[in-house]
Amino acid sequence: MTTVVEVERESPGTRSPRTAARRKHLWSRMVRYRWLFFLMLPGILYFVLFRFWPMYGARIAFKNYIPFLGIEGSEWVGLEHFQEFMSNPDFPRLLENTLIIAALSLFIAFPITIVVALLLNELRLQILKRTVQTLVYIPHFLSWTVVVSLTALLFAIGTGPLWTFFNGLFGSDTNMLADPGWFRPLILMQMIWKDTGWGTIIFLAALAGVDQGQYEAAVIDGAGRWRRVWHITLPSIRPTIVVMLILQTGQLLNTGFEQIYLMSNALNRNVADVFDTYVYFAGIEQGSYSYATAVGLFKALVGLVLIFGTNWLAKRFNQQGIF
Amino acid sequence: MSSSINKRFNTRAGRAFDVFNVLLLIAVGLLALLPFLYVLAGSFATEYEITTRPFFVWPREFTTTSYESILSSDVIVRAFVTTIVVTFVGTLIQLALTALMAYPLSKTDLPGRGPILSLVIFTMVFSAGMIPTFLVVKQLGLLDTYWSLILPMAINPFSLIIIKNFFQQLPVELEESAKIDGANELQVLRHVVLPLSKPVLATFALFYAVGIWNDYMSPLLYLNDTSKWTLQMILRQVTAAASLTPEELHSEVPPPAQGIKFAVVIVATIPVLLAYPFLQKHFAKGMLIGSVKG
Repeated sequence: MTTVVEVERESPGTRSPRTAARRKHLWSRMVRYRWLFFLMLPGILYFVLFRFWPMYGARIAFKNYIPFLGIEGSEWVGLEHFQEFMSNPDFPRLLENTLIIAALSLFIAFPITIVVALLLNELRLQILKRTVQTLVYIPHFLSWTVVVSLTALLFAIGTGPLWTFFNGLFGSDTNMLADPGWFRPLILMQMIWKDTGWGTIIFLAALAGVDQGQYEAAVIDGAGRWRRVWHITLPSIRPTIVVMLILQTGQLLNTGFEQIYLMSNALNRNVADVFDTYVYFAGIEQGSYSYATAVGLFKALVGLVLIFGTNWLAKRFNQQGIF
Repeated sequence: MSSSINKRFNTRAGRAFDVFNVLLLIAVGLLALLPFLYVLAGSFATEYEITTRPFFVWPREFTTTSYESILSSDVIVRAFVTTIVVTFVGTLIQLALTALMAYPLSKTDLPGRGPILSLVIFTMVFSAGMIPTFLVVKQLGLLDTYWSLILPMAINPFSLIIIKNFFQQLPVELEESAKIDGANELQVLRHVVLPLSKPVLATFALFYAVGIWNDYMSPLLYLNDTSKWTLQMILRQVTAAASLTPEELHSEVPPPAQGIKFAVVIVATIPVLLAYPFLQKHFAKGMLIGSVKG
């Protein structure tokens, strides 16, 4: 079974009366491993400084943080920033934009990934399979800046090949890069172009593990190709699909700051603004640190609920979860 | 696959599907490549050709004006060199920190291992967000330094766990025999574990390198000083602008309005594409090693 995270737990030993002996044992283990602790030190320092300290600093979401006064000296306001955000007219718009982009990713890009993996799996010409794989993985390694720049060149007014193509197709004269109606299709196209190929890796690995004997048995029973895919291939990779769905759902509100930020402009801001970019504009550009932190915290907490929620659901339906 | 299956595939419908599938996947492969080929061709084409031909993957008239303009631009050359140095140093630091933490965590009887791993996994599902991290970077005095592009992302928890799992499945006998020969933990790591882990470490080194090279958010957040900007920031500046003057680029050669955008995209991509064959050799394997449970 493929899962991304492996968590081991030490067996919860029952407390024995020989605690002193155990403590001594622990101490001797620590002495034995002193070099290993030493090696871990920089890594632990990293997690404390850059992962956990910010979590402690996030309490400015409940304060009116003024840099001059410091975090401690700033006034405590409780949930005021959260309430302000919820009653802000920006909130429903951000939620809508974020959810639409997440839905495009979940209901269009994700199934396309599975379909491409299945098609690659059906390809019997191994050289072609490897060549196509090599090609479709490449875009994953390009930066969003490059992808957005490519988009800008392909859709450049008057000269871009895709500008010419789509305007010819629809008989229109649109500037797709500025048109709000084109924002989401462009985002979706970029997502598919960049990460479909990469996404197939995990499914192809799962497909390689499907028992070939089942196919032979199905052929003898007279099952056609489509029925073999439906009754053998898909059920075999279902656990992988579920795990990837859980991971995707946990990321529902993470729309990918770089892509959206780089694609948004003054004309399409209304459909482009999502939680991630809003945090940037409110916090970094306008300096409302506390308010922006509250928005970020809200997003992170919803993400946490989503990932544990889908995991719980997956387990209820007898699928293997990730935790 | 057995021959009986192959015979069954060779029905008329089966063959038709195969042909369709081959054509479709060739198209998919080309789609992944074509935008890049167009920009590559455009970077060597004349301004006239870019503005008049809608699509091409081979320029009619070959010219290097765009690249000459880039190479004579202080801003772009400096950003290119800076980004290479930051990527190189950053990758070394990030990989070292990750491997040094992964190795102790691969020892199942290490005291405190369980809680540390749980905390690491917690950071994968919950993060404080952009602003608190920004404030920490600011408080540490890292704003407008290249450290801000390296340290805040020094250890990727996913990479850490996968490298840890890889170390864990190395045969214990090798380490034990080295210890019988009198090696201490550091020597075991250096002479036994690391040499055996070269492919995995190389894979994650390349992932880290690509991550730093491609990073746009960190320089956007942490570098106010435009003279410190990395190549991705410059690329954004060049392609988002309608056209640039030589003064803006600090360039001696007047930039062709469109051509220079094509050339900068290529320059920002080439190092990644050069790394790709090495990356590709290992990543599928490297990603799956250590992520396979049971």
